[in-house]
Amino acid sequence: MPLPVTRVTPPSGLVGLELSELVEYRELIAFLVWRDIKVRYKQTTLGVLWAWLQPILTMIVFTVVFGRLAHLPSDGLPYPIFTLAALLPWQLFSSAVTGSANSLVGSGSLITKVYFPRLIVPLSAVLSTLVDFVVSFVVLLALMAYYHIAPTVNIVYLPLFILLALAASFAAGLWCSALNVRYRDVQYVLPFVMQVWLLVSPVGYSASLVTSPIARIAFALNPMAGVIQGFRWSLLNAAPPSWILLPSAVIVGVLLAGGLLFFKRMEQSFADVI
Amino acid sequence: MSSEAIRVEHLAKQYRLGTSRGAFSYGSLRETVSDAAAAWWQRLSGGQPDVESRKGDADRFIWALNDVSFSVSQGEVLGIIGRNGAGKSTLLKILSRITRPTRGLAEFRGRLGSLLEVGTGFHPELSGRDNVYLNGAILGMRRAEIQRKFDDIVDFSGVSAFIDTPVKRYSSGMYVRLAFAVAAHLEPEILVVDEVLAVGDAAFQKQCLGKIQEVSRAGRTVLFVSHNMPAVTRLCSRAILLSDGSVIEDGFPDQVVTRYLASALGTTARREWAAGDPSKPGNDWISVRSVRVVDERCETIESVDVRQRVGIEIVFDVRRREQPVVPGVALLNEQGSPVFSAMDTSPVWREPCEPGCYRSTAWIPGNLLNEGTVIASVALGTFTPGGKTIRQAAVNDAVVFQVIDPGEGGTARGDYAGPWAAPVRPLLDWSLRRGELP
Repeated sequence: MPLPVTRVTPPSGLVGLELSELVEYRELIAFLVWRDIKVRYKQTTLGVLWAWLQPILTMIVFTVVFGRLAHLPSDGLPYPIFTLAALLPWQLFSSAVTGSANSLVGSGSLITKVYFPRLIVPLSAVLSTLVDFVVSFVVLLALMAYYHIAPTVNIVYLPLFILLALAASFAAGLWCSALNVRYRDVQYVLPFVMQVWLLVSPVGYSASLVTSPIARIAFALNPMAGVIQGFRWSLLNAAPPSWILLPSAVIVGVLLAGGLLFFKRMEQSFADVI
Repeated sequence: MSSEAIRVEHLAKQYRLGTSRGAFSYGSLRETVSDAAAAWWQRLSGGQPDVESRKGDADRFIWALNDVSFSVSQGEVLGIIGRNGAGKSTLLKILSRITRPTRGLAEFRGRLGSLLEVGTGFHPELSGRDNVYLNGAILGMRRAEIQRKFDDIVDFSGVSAFIDTPVKRYSSGMYVRLAFAVAAHLEPEILVVDEVLAVGDAAFQKQCLGKIQEVSRAGRTVLFVSHNMPAVTRLCSRAILLSDGSVIEDGFPDQVVTRYLASALGTTARREWAAGDPSKPGNDWISVRSVRVVDERCETIESVDVRQRVGIEIVFDVRRREQPVVPGVALLNEQGSPVFSAMDTSPVWREPCEPGCYRSTAWIPGNLLNEGTVIASVALGTFTPGGKTIRQAAVNDAVVFQVIDPGEGGTARGDYAGPWAAPVRPLLDWSLRRGELP
């Protein structure tokens, strides 16, 4: 049987995405996700409980600040569940972006010593946050049961919103991780960006509060606004996310495609500059 | 590439010196932008992007590899030697697809497993078991493959009692053994190994070498970078010597190793010291003038036929009558292993020397040394009443010479032409009797 021939050539301007390689290396992706999760809760006394505690504690803070002190409306829903339904996708997005942005630099020793498709690194970072999300989702279900809120039939759309959040975070992660290899400034700028992003997304307040046309356009450009509205709609029967989902999805698609190309382009010099 | 496993053509790799790592300074951003603009312009105008084209910047680049070409046949074990910074690691990194070349092409047939470091991706918090799976996957093994080989890997590593302990609690020896055990069970068509033998104790190194030998016997191609010259001469069927990014020697390992050692040592067959030279070996009583490798006619020689005798000549001054002194020589082979040491046992040296200049030559008979590079150290010593030796004047690695077998017979080689281990290769008297033994 003739063996496949591999050619190593100088970097070129045109790059193929070689996504089929990801399928070939699917086991490595699974192993890296498994490692991330296993390591994350090693030597913590509470272990995976943290995946529950983090959203619960944030929910309490948000409920006190936005619900009790600021008296913001919550579309007629109990404030804790109103904010938790937004916090879960937000934390999925924010930890996926942060995790993948730092993933390449954190895997420097691997990248300079062994070959594998580099896309695996930010991808597995994103996927490992999905596991935390699934675990913490139980808290939301418990809270829904507590408030006697039954999900509507719209819950079938929930996976689409999760997918949109994942795609958005992977797109951002691709750009940030590749840039971070060359410019470590990214890791310092990112926490600030994520804080601002949290405030411009309807996590602590209702999207119905935002009425000015400019702010509506800003929501349409922010994929997380659509995702959060989608969560509240499909789980808690709040107002549907309306037309803003369409531009969001298009933007995520463009950023993702551009991110993949940019990443593949930058990848050629990762080992030399990391 | 029919039976070729690897082909490398005009491979070159340029690195930039003093890259502003991650510095988002005005300068680096500006450069990034202007570089991008230049590259864009070049592509528009149809030119090849030329890394050297920017004026005044050439001195900030270094060619780690420069026009390297060679090919490796299937089943060959190729040793790659050279000083630090000669480009060995860069070459392996390009072949392992970790980095891209600046110019040229590398091609290989089949799966290439690279072992540039043992324990790549080992996570200290995870148990030995978990790390076997993780590391195996990183090195390109399938889960089912690791599962199948798991017991073998653990047996080979010898850490089975601690397999469920986090590796951060391992001793460094255990860590390395487990890591190598995983790597040793890779089964690629081409195995690339870099300096793994630099770590671990003697037993471990022996185990590593054994495994590499096993891999090569199975007909797989191996590329082996090492500073361990005996390992290179023993394991490899061919070697290349890299220097400043270029291949300067390509051939039989013995020959290439000899060339490397001779150039690395910087020692010649003749060493002399002028009268006032502060580096002149010795003290105010005895000092060495010169050390030479000589033939029968007392001419300096750099290489000697294995059948001929060769002399190590020491010329030294004695300034006053003090105590008895004895000249001695010690020989090392190219791997740094001692060949033998000897001193002049003549009764002359039982009496204190009269002041004057002396010339002492140690004659090494023909058909005693093995082929290869021989390094000679010389010393003039005195003995204390307690039986200890004091080296009054000594020159370590004083001279170096090559022992050559021209292959004309009359040597211990007989008709055999293959590699020959051990520092000496004496031509012995063999006796033979045929018939029933009593």
